[in-house]
Amino acid sequence: MDPFVEMSVRLGIPLALLVVTYFIGTALERRHYASIRERESRWRNLPAITIRSIPSHWQVIECTLITGSVVISVDYFKRFLAGLRMIFGGRVKAYETLLDRARREALLRLKEDAVERGCQAVVNVRLETCRLANARKSQSIAGLEVLAFGTGVKLLNVP
Amino acid sequence: MILSNVETVPGKQITNFFGVVSGSTVRAKHIGRDIMASFKNIVGGELKGYTELITEAREDAIARMVQEAESLGANAVVNIRFSTSSVAQGAAELFAYGTAVTVE
Repeated sequence: MDPFVEMSVRLGIPLALLVVTYFIGTALERRHYASIRERESRWRNLPAITIRSIPSHWQVIECTLITGSVVISVDYFKRFLAGLRMIFGGRVKAYETLLDRARREALLRLKEDAVERGCQAVVNVRLETCRLANARKSQSIAGLEVLAFGTGVKLLNVP
Repeated sequence: MILSNVETVPGKQITNFFGVVSGSTVRAKHIGRDIMASFKNIVGGELKGYTELITEAREDAIARMVQEAESLGANAVVNIRFSTSSVAQGAAELFAYGTAVTVE
């Protein structure tokens, strides 16, 4: 094959992928953030606290375990950006937004689960993060899993 | 069965301790899901297939833990903790553990 054609194919495919994933990834992220903000304001009055003990003035009728989890992944463009960042060091903003989205989404799902089960508050909320490895390409990650869990309580006197 | 991740069951008194109960499950994703997820991996965003898989697996782990607690004669599990680890490429272990107690 003509060396010029070969080189443009080799460079062109990753470049095209970068451009395409930049636009799709950014659009998806913007949409996700919009949905997160909207739901966060909707569930703002449902307290989810990290304190272990229940405030003494709450009269608890019932309690149950509440969970919310999400597996999320970063796009090709951001992975490339992060790769560049690894050379120079410093804040990897591409991954910061990924983790931020995952945690907020997990917390929202926790709250939605709480509402579904008729709880008015969630106490002792804990967040756990786990990296899922990719089956075929061992060095890349398949996604990040964030689990939020806590004890949902049904209250006699709604705070 | 009452489940909670605080040291007590709110509004109730612990009368008897049975010790640690646990439940775990190792799940692998099937190849179809894996391929779909690797497409999704290019554009980013939520990998719904994996979210479902992990949620199911976690419910399984909780069910096993509850079963163990029931066999001990407990009616609640308190101080529940979760841990997830990728044991091998393409497989994840979901582990749930807590203390089995009776409450009144």
